[in-house]
Amino acid sequence: MMLRIFAGSMLVVLVGAAGRGPFPAGTINGKVTYTGTPPKAHPIDMAKEPNCVTQHPTPVSTQDAVTGPGNSVRYVVVYIAAGDQGAPAATDTVHYDQKGCMYIPHVAAMQVHQPLAIFNDDPHSHNIHPLARINPEWNKSQPKGAPPIRTTWEQPEFIAVKCNVHPWMHGYFAVLATPHFSVTDTTGAFMLAGLPPGKYTVTAWHERFGTQSQEVTIGGAETKTVNFVLTAKPY
Amino acid sequence: MRPIIRRMARMAALSVLLGAGGTTAGWAQESQVGSITGHTDAGKKLYRRYCIGCHGPSGDGAGENAPWIDPKPRDFTLAVFKCRSTPSGALPTDEDLFNAITRGFVTTYMPQWRPLTAQNRTDLIAYIKTFSPKWRSGKPGTPIAIPAEPAPTAESILRGRQLFQRMECWKCHGPAGHGDGPSAATLTDNKDLPIRPYDFSTGTRFMCGATNQDLYRIFMTGLDGSPMPSFADQLKPAEAWDLVHFLRTLQPIETREAAIWRDWLNTHARELKPIGPGGGGR
Ligand SMILES: [Cu+2]
Repeated sequence: MMLRIFAGSMLVVLVGAAGRGPFPAGTINGKVTYTGTPPKAHPIDMAKEPNCVTQHPTPVSTQDAVTGPGNSVRYVVVYIAAGDQGAPAATDTVHYDQKGCMYIPHVAAMQVHQPLAIFNDDPHSHNIHPLARINPEWNKSQPKGAPPIRTTWEQPEFIAVKCNVHPWMHGYFAVLATPHFSVTDTTGAFMLAGLPPGKYTVTAWHERFGTQSQEVTIGGAETKTVNFVLTAKPY
Repeated sequence: MRPIIRRMARMAALSVLLGAGGTTAGWAQESQVGSITGHTDAGKKLYRRYCIGCHGPSGDGAGENAPWIDPKPRDFTLAVFKCRSTPSGALPTDEDLFNAITRGFVTTYMPQWRPLTAQNRTDLIAYIKTFSPKWRSGKPGTPIAIPAEPAPTAESILRGRQLFQRMECWKCHGPAGHGDGPSAATLTDNKDLPIRPYDFSTGTRFMCGATNQDLYRIFMTGLDGSPMPSFADQLKPAEAWDLVHFLRTLQPIETREAAIWRDWLNTHARELKPIGPGGGGR
């Protein structure tokens, strides 16, 4: 066992410079659910932007507490908070869309320095105002047809994003030190793949239900399942 | 080889100084405005006399007068400033902060501080910068370039009016610039406090100055912390000047632009579609 772990980490060292290598990568997956009473999602009134009203035949709801069957929670960021072993940096561009006066996805996770492209797919203007505290807070206009705003973030931070023109537009940039992160889907499921053997702290973050962490040890090409149960409170 | 050794020696000497100094903020947060160097120790004394009542002992804008003031005093711990020469998201220059203290803000309770000497104001800047670690880890941005202003014409005002429509300035500032657009009532700043868009009919001065250059700078840098975004990526310099010329016609004072515009309207007013949803054209 010890020998296997040792051999595994040796391999990581060997392939580290060449990108995602053939080390015996482990996977951590699981589900995020809640106990307690979550706030009710309420329909958004977009009357101020008639074009956005027509883009949504059925009214869309607020997304700060999206729950599903089996008490599942969507838009939870699950990531490796400690134990990273110098994994290759995430380099693919993260896309953040403004469409129908909504942010898609509501929560975008990315690594520090990872390219981020913000698109306006609407036939009118939005302003993108990331309310960063550790990173620089900026505010840029993006009229219809404007090219994507391309940027990166230098420091780990959960950054609330808003549009001042459309006060219901709220989202998050989850900027993480690790390249290992996942945002839960409609079933509350997440998956962190490509983990070399080692001991990890896995953290789940939700904008309203707080943060929780668990320790997980990956010994080789195995899949470990960890579930998180967050405590939901109405407003 | 020699200069490197000299530089290393200088760095070693500095670290000795820093180590001996206890708090290093004083050294690190000097300010420079022209030929004047500001110092935190002097700035602290001035701050405690003139600024603490509103901006508070820790610079977070929660001084004892703050509950009665709207908009709230600046929170220096965030190092986010509205009136800058630097791009959105960048720290302001020392000159920007100096100008802000000197000029005050017509749209807030911040008075002009001309009675203080230039040295006093520069010292205050050195001290204000000790409230946020951002001044230790980062540098001010590079001021945006402002090319020479072309002469205003009816055509440039018309183009500016189309930009006011197309950039959707009217959604907050209102079709006539009265600060009453459809989004005006729900605007909040970076602390979720209500904030009003500028009403161009209220006076002669803007938040960050009174000249055409100041106006150009306001919408090209954005007023960080407020809902006013930067348009630097959206407007070419010539377009920005067109917009300046149009905005000048919204003021209640006799400007060059207002006179040109009045003449044009005398013969062409009927050609204009009102600003607003689906409007703004000629
Ligand atoms: Cu918007």
